Amino acid sequence: MFARLVYESFRRQQRPKLLAGIAITLGVAVATAMIAVATDIGDKMSRELRTYGANLLVTPQEDSLDLQIGGVDLKPPSDGTYLNEADLPKIRGTFWHHNIVGFSPMLPVNVSVGDRNLTLLGTYFAKQLTFGKEDFVTGVKITHPWWKVQGTWPDDNSQDLLLGEDLAAKLGRKPGDEVEISGQPHRISGILSTGGPEDNQIVAPLNFAQQVIGKPGAVRRLYVSAMTKPEDALARRDPSTMNSELFDRWYCSPYVQSIAYQLQEAIPHSHAEQIRQVAQNEGTVLTRIKGLMLLVTFAALFASALAVSAAMATAIFERRAEVGLMRALGAGSASVAALFFVEAVLLALIGGTFGFAGGAFLARVIGRSIFDSQITIDPVLLPIILAIAVFVTFAGSGLAIRRAVKFDPVYALRGAE
Amino acid sequence: MSAELLQSRANARHTSMFLRMLMRAAVLRRGRAASALLAMIVAAAAATAMLNLYVDVQAKLRKEFRNYGANIVVVAKDGQSLPAVASQKIDSLLGGRGIAVPFAYVVARTSDGQSVVVSGTNFGQVRKLDSWWSVTAWPNGDQEALIGTRAATVVSPKGQPFDLSFQGRAIHLTPTGTLRTGAAEDSRVYLSLNDFETWTHVQPLTIEIAASGSPDEVNATIAKLTAALPDVEVRPVRQIMEGEARVLGKTRSTLLASAGLIILTAALCVLATLIGWVLDRRRDFAIMKALGASERLIGSFFAAEAAVLGAVGAILGFALGIGVAAWIGRVNFHAPVVPRFNVLPFVLAGSVAVALISAMLPISLLRRVQPAVILRGE
Repeated sequence: MFARLVYESFRRQQRPKLLAGIAITLGVAVATAMIAVATDIGDKMSRELRTYGANLLVTPQEDSLDLQIGGVDLKPPSDGTYLNEADLPKIRGTFWHHNIVGFSPMLPVNVSVGDRNLTLLGTYFAKQLTFGKEDFVTGVKITHPWWKVQGTWPDDNSQDLLLGEDLAAKLGRKPGDEVEISGQPHRISGILSTGGPEDNQIVAPLNFAQQVIGKPGAVRRLYVSAMTKPEDALARRDPSTMNSELFDRWYCSPYVQSIAYQLQEAIPHSHAEQIRQVAQNEGTVLTRIKGLMLLVTFAALFASALAVSAAMATAIFERRAEVGLMRALGAGSASVAALFFVEAVLLALIGGTFGFAGGAFLARVIGRSIFDSQITIDPVLLPIILAIAVFVTFAGSGLAIRRAVKFDPVYALRGAE
Repeated sequence: MSAELLQSRANARHTSMFLRMLMRAAVLRRGRAASALLAMIVAAAAATAMLNLYVDVQAKLRKEFRNYGANIVVVAKDGQSLPAVASQKIDSLLGGRGIAVPFAYVVARTSDGQSVVVSGTNFGQVRKLDSWWSVTAWPNGDQEALIGTRAATVVSPKGQPFDLSFQGRAIHLTPTGTLRTGAAEDSRVYLSLNDFETWTHVQPLTIEIAASGSPDEVNATIAKLTAALPDVEVRPVRQIMEGEARVLGKTRSTLLASAGLIILTAALCVLATLIGWVLDRRRDFAIMKALGASERLIGSFFAAEAAVLGAVGAILGFALGIGVAAWIGRVNFHAPVVPRFNVLPFVLAGSVAVALISAMLPISLLRRVQPAVILRGE
């Protein structure tokens, strides 16, 4: 009998049910989309913050002091030690290699062009590398996204080069021209603009720079761009003072410190350090944006809960006469309330499922249009979202049901207020 | 009825009856009116808070982005040093809307003949500009030095005083603390500009500037600096400016999408409540119609009611929304969000529009029904 009552109620009162159902669906869709965006925003923003460039610097362990003024390296090439280029692909073998967006080795050397003494910076542009069975591409195009080239980027295996824009203006060269370095002509494939010291330098493939100083495989510095988690108290602790359980937790969190530690493990005789200008500020900006989205998500959840409650209350209020009739025929308050609650739960489950699907779609659209990448929703969220939907629908109808049940059947049937 | 009463009622203006109906409707059905008003307030508050945040978040985040340090550098052209007046000129041009820090560099020798880069700067300003510098203790006296962690192992491994020489002139320095940045600064020794200039007679090479404001304002600052200092190079730090523009843009788009969703939900909430409210009063509608009220009168009656509700809800909601935005600002950015009163007209117009739509929708449904059918209770 109870099941039939519920069934008939849905069959005969399609309009009010549809209204409440739409409200629940929309409410759940907005809530789902907001939760998905808020949980994923850290990841997405972390990727966007990579526009600031590398946040880790790897140098040889036993290196002499850098002599850098205004980005110009004054250290003679004979001085200090080098990293080995052959070790670089090992970075792909570290625990957090998925978080490492890219890396660029740097080797500044001195060359003479005409009567000028210039810095030639050897690096990767978009170098094809292999680690194990995996192929990947890395270089300054990824780690230094603010570098702009007029013309084309040189091939990493060629002898072509880029001329910094200020230097090009001084030498009067444009893309496609040639420049003579130590007596050898080289093609200028493009003019580089960085807004930094490179504007006055020559940038060339790494192996070109190695040939100039006659040290194959030599790398002076390595810039690594990694997505990290904002630093907390655990991140700042010294790993050598941790017990093994704590160490595992530290090692398996993508803190900039633990990634530096793993880079040191992967590359022999190296010292990895966070570039604090990038790494530290990234943490603050990320925390702020995540906090903002969290609070906004709360506001969205609140608004959708209210919308659902309002729709449910309206739907139930319209059915006072029905309640009156049931009560007049001898139904107790409990069974009338049970009928309404079961209806509410059914509505919440159906609306919630559709809403979840709609929300997933919405999150996808937001991810695509704003971040050019997918925001995926964990299916684990479905039961949680459904539970919230049922709870909100319950709470929203609770007050209305109480009032409907308490209402004197005589008045209800007469149709008065 | 007495003749006077009849007289006075006949003379009373039409509007007084209209107002009375509005008032009585609100007073007699307090519960329903209150719930409709509540929905209106919440919707208006959500819209206000989101719009306020959307407008203000840019300024708030920009402040965070200034922690990335300089976005403009002033460099002397080819091997010269900056003119002595450059620093003052820049300070007066900035007028407090930014920080400018001079840096002078030389390569000096330690007592055992190793080369080290020594820089002279203004510590008080650097502290503000480069907040990421991790410093154990800042120098504040004469002949005191801040040494980078890597330089420390060479010049002063045990933190003892040390000597440096440049072009035959020596200086005796006491290290106060070490500096760690993870970049070139770690290999340098920093002195106060005063000590540096009396020792080396070298003028600053670069001035790093963190100019606050939008990209347009920063570009205007660059243009002004270029005009004021013709014989030096003024250039933007693209790494910082492009990163900031990108992250800010994405954050604002996300916030806008969220604001859209929240305002939509809130409007839906109002729609559901108001439709229920009007449908609930189909008897009033039927009685008015049966007593001979024109459809226009009834329509304008319900519309006026909805408009009043929308306006009152919008104003109360605006106040509440500003409170919510301020709270979010305080919790997240540790600075309150400044109320934007230019948002009020939009919220007001939007609320009244939504209220009108949600009132007129059921009315147009009811219009088709005969009053007798409604009064019979179907």
